[in-house]
Amino acid sequence: MPYVFNTDDEQAEMLAAIGAASIEELFECIPQDMQLKRALNIPAGLGEMELTAHLQALSVQNKSINEQTCFLGGGSYDHFVPAVVDALASRGEFYTSYTPYQPEVSQGNLQVMFEYQTLICQLTGMDVSNASLYDGGTAAAEAMLMAMSVTRRNKKVVVASSVHPEYRQILKTYFACIGSEMVIVDCGTGTTPVEAIAQVVDEDTAAVLIQNPNFFGNVEDVTLISEIAHAQGALLVCSVDPISLGILQRPGDAGVDIVVAEGQSLGTPLLYGGPYLGIMACRESFVRRLPGRIAGETVDRDDKQCWVLTLQTREQHIRREKATSNICTNQGLFALRAAIYLSLMGPQGMQDVANLCTQKAHYAAEQLTQHDRFELAFSDGFFKEFVVRDTQNDVQQLLQQACENNILAGLPLGQWYDELEDCLLITITEKRTKQEIDELVNVLTQ
Amino acid sequence: MRNTQATNLIFELSQPGRSGVCLAASDVPKQDPAEWFPAGALATSAPPLPEISEPDVVRHFTNLSTLNMSVDTHYYPLGSCTMKYNPKRNERIAAFDGLAQIHPYQPAETVQGMLQILYGLQDMLAEISGLPVVSLQPAAGAHGELAALMLAAAYYRERGEKRTTVLAPDSAHGTNPASARMAGFDFVTIPSCSDGRVDIEKLKEHLNDQTAVFMITNPSTLGLFDDQVQEISDLVHDVGGLIYLDGANMNAILGITRPGDFGADMMHFNPHKTFSGPHGGGGPGAGPICVTAELGAYLPKPIVGFDDSSQTYFLDNDRPKSIGRVRSFFGNVGVLVRAYSYILSHGPVGLKRIAENAVLNANYLLSQVKGFLDVPLGNRCMHEFVASAESIGKQNGLNQPAMDIAKRLLDYGYHPPTVYFPLTVHEAMMMEPTETESKQTLDAFAKTLKAIVQESPEVLAAAPHSTIISRPDEVQAARKPILKWTPKQD
Repeated sequence: MPYVFNTDDEQAEMLAAIGAASIEELFECIPQDMQLKRALNIPAGLGEMELTAHLQALSVQNKSINEQTCFLGGGSYDHFVPAVVDALASRGEFYTSYTPYQPEVSQGNLQVMFEYQTLICQLTGMDVSNASLYDGGTAAAEAMLMAMSVTRRNKKVVVASSVHPEYRQILKTYFACIGSEMVIVDCGTGTTPVEAIAQVVDEDTAAVLIQNPNFFGNVEDVTLISEIAHAQGALLVCSVDPISLGILQRPGDAGVDIVVAEGQSLGTPLLYGGPYLGIMACRESFVRRLPGRIAGETVDRDDKQCWVLTLQTREQHIRREKATSNICTNQGLFALRAAIYLSLMGPQGMQDVANLCTQKAHYAAEQLTQHDRFELAFSDGFFKEFVVRDTQNDVQQLLQQACENNILAGLPLGQWYDELEDCLLITITEKRTKQEIDELVNVLTQ
Repeated sequence: MRNTQATNLIFELSQPGRSGVCLAASDVPKQDPAEWFPAGALATSAPPLPEISEPDVVRHFTNLSTLNMSVDTHYYPLGSCTMKYNPKRNERIAAFDGLAQIHPYQPAETVQGMLQILYGLQDMLAEISGLPVVSLQPAAGAHGELAALMLAAAYYRERGEKRTTVLAPDSAHGTNPASARMAGFDFVTIPSCSDGRVDIEKLKEHLNDQTAVFMITNPSTLGLFDDQVQEISDLVHDVGGLIYLDGANMNAILGITRPGDFGADMMHFNPHKTFSGPHGGGGPGAGPICVTAELGAYLPKPIVGFDDSSQTYFLDNDRPKSIGRVRSFFGNVGVLVRAYSYILSHGPVGLKRIAENAVLNANYLLSQVKGFLDVPLGNRCMHEFVASAESIGKQNGLNQPAMDIAKRLLDYGYHPPTVYFPLTVHEAMMMEPTETESKQTLDAFAKTLKAIVQESPEVLAAAPHSTIISRPDEVQAARKPILKWTPKQD
């Protein structure tokens, strides 16, 4: 029992000071018939050595990406994490502190939040960013709710089917409770059909949600879709891949009103899906409807520059049922990781990573489709992911074959898209070498 | 000694042409990206990020970290946040390759160890809560509340009942009403009695066939166990409503009593509090929810299942009544792994000792401060208690004495308690020592607090005196928001 330190003698002294005869007496406020009069039925406690061995044994039952080559993506990416990110984020002063309720002893965290917000604005071209949300999926849902609040339209939203299927499922869950309609626009050709968007967006529509590059890896015509949305007074919400912004046009320069993103790519390992980082940035005029913590600059009583949590009248602890969201503190440690990552990378590093991803992805697509068995499902321009069709329609066999060769070949899309049952989403990050890509092609074409 | 140069804003440290990374050249034949993308899709220049060398990045963030108080460096009795020691062993374990370097879409047969951990955690949380069906998906306590209220809505929809109202006491966390609104409910606040318990008569007035859920935090945010909880749950159940337990304060009752045994139908855990996940300077948390067998079918999916015939674990998506997803992938797995590790470190005996010592420490601290600080809700508490600085303010002519005392504590190297919450106590100071603090720490803290309340009003009002900044102007920050750095105009 490692983390209780007071000795029996000290406990006795403490009880005497309290005026209690026993620890049990302190629990007398809990009626006897509610008390659990038995030990919890969970395994007995382990010492550090046994605990570590137990979890090590469970850990090695998982095949990590260091034992296989990862071509899986779909919102969680095997990008390289520089050692500096781990070294700095694992400092106890960062990771064992909490919400900066006392700014005098939280200037480190507050300045990081302010820097993070700035870095996200620089990366996305947006006016303001919050300090984090849970993940890319809930960020998209929060953005759509925010758009309804900004536009005062609560009847309808429009969502492209090329948005991450899990993000759409989250939206469906959130929207089931508030009775708003969610119109899905089919993107069977690989990108969002602009005419179809124009047909369904009307003066009741609060927002259009697209993803760029979309779930298939393809690049959307963001500017044109934003013009269509704006013509009806609707907002454009766009979920982006932050790595792509090393070379792709920033959403803020393409007419996007609210940008969301999964921030895992910015310095966080795969972690079997979390904790990750929800990014959200928007136009300045929406700031008082933005959910989540925000740090702002001010001065102290001696006129010294400093940072505080601000615009808190949006938030649940002040506004309760009238808050912009129920979200409170969430992914601070991952906003820190993203801030460190972006500071290290700089403009050149981000451009280089994005270029490496897209160059290698195109190489992989070309190599694979030289074989008759494979063809690209779509003809659109893609960034670091592409959808390949197995003309023999045996995706499971391909994945199995790859797995036996220590390769995670890609994501089968039939689970979400009936018409893509014979397709794989293949992801190439800067970590994949030509040799690894050639090996993937070899294994899939054996 | 503080390095003020290194803690300039990172943007002010930027030098054109510098970089913190040097990536290898591409090993595939280079092509022109302009050929792949439609006109306008490519940026005309790289994003205008700062340009910093690796050593400067390290020095910048290392120096920034030293401007924080943290559990590793300071006593941090921030009420309601359970700032206990975060075991280093859990950090090493969570960083194992097999736990940190696995992709959420890997086939189940390649992640059996991880699924076994998550399945084991589901089982242990079910046993600790007394509520048998568990979803680990919600990303935070507030998110768990929201998911559970969505679940309640789905449950009523299926039963053809139109129930519109969620109720919670006035001492509830702000997330309760905010979650209720997001889940599409109206919200009604139920007042507390002067002894901190729910006002049952007022509750009865609001219970009817519109009642969907009563949300209760027990032990409450006042640090008291509401012994009427069974009666309350009977009343709510009698009108067909459900009881939600906000599990923020589970640290006080681990192994002593279980929400499922005192009438709760749904609850969330805050593993970052109760099971010691590091608070991360503001997250991550997680918000697993546990519910009755009847409500289990509605939980978010997937949950982890075990197939007896093949003796393997799997992600169970075949749950037709599920409300669906509330988060992408599986949830905040890294936090859940630490919780699993923490619970296994303790076992049944250890978990109960956590509760016993959290309550012992809080009562001891209460006994040491009640001589000089009012504790309006009595001489006993659970894991935390709420003192009031109101009378000290009156004696000294201070307008916000809780704030002044909090700021003065900073000068003595203590993180202050939570102040001005709960809203039902004037000049509230909510102290939660946790079980991982020693008697010596509590004695020293109480002694300091006693000295502070005897200091002159001038000293208190001017505090803190020794921190790098003092009393930032929050009004100005909100009135003219500056939310990002912009280059200075020459």
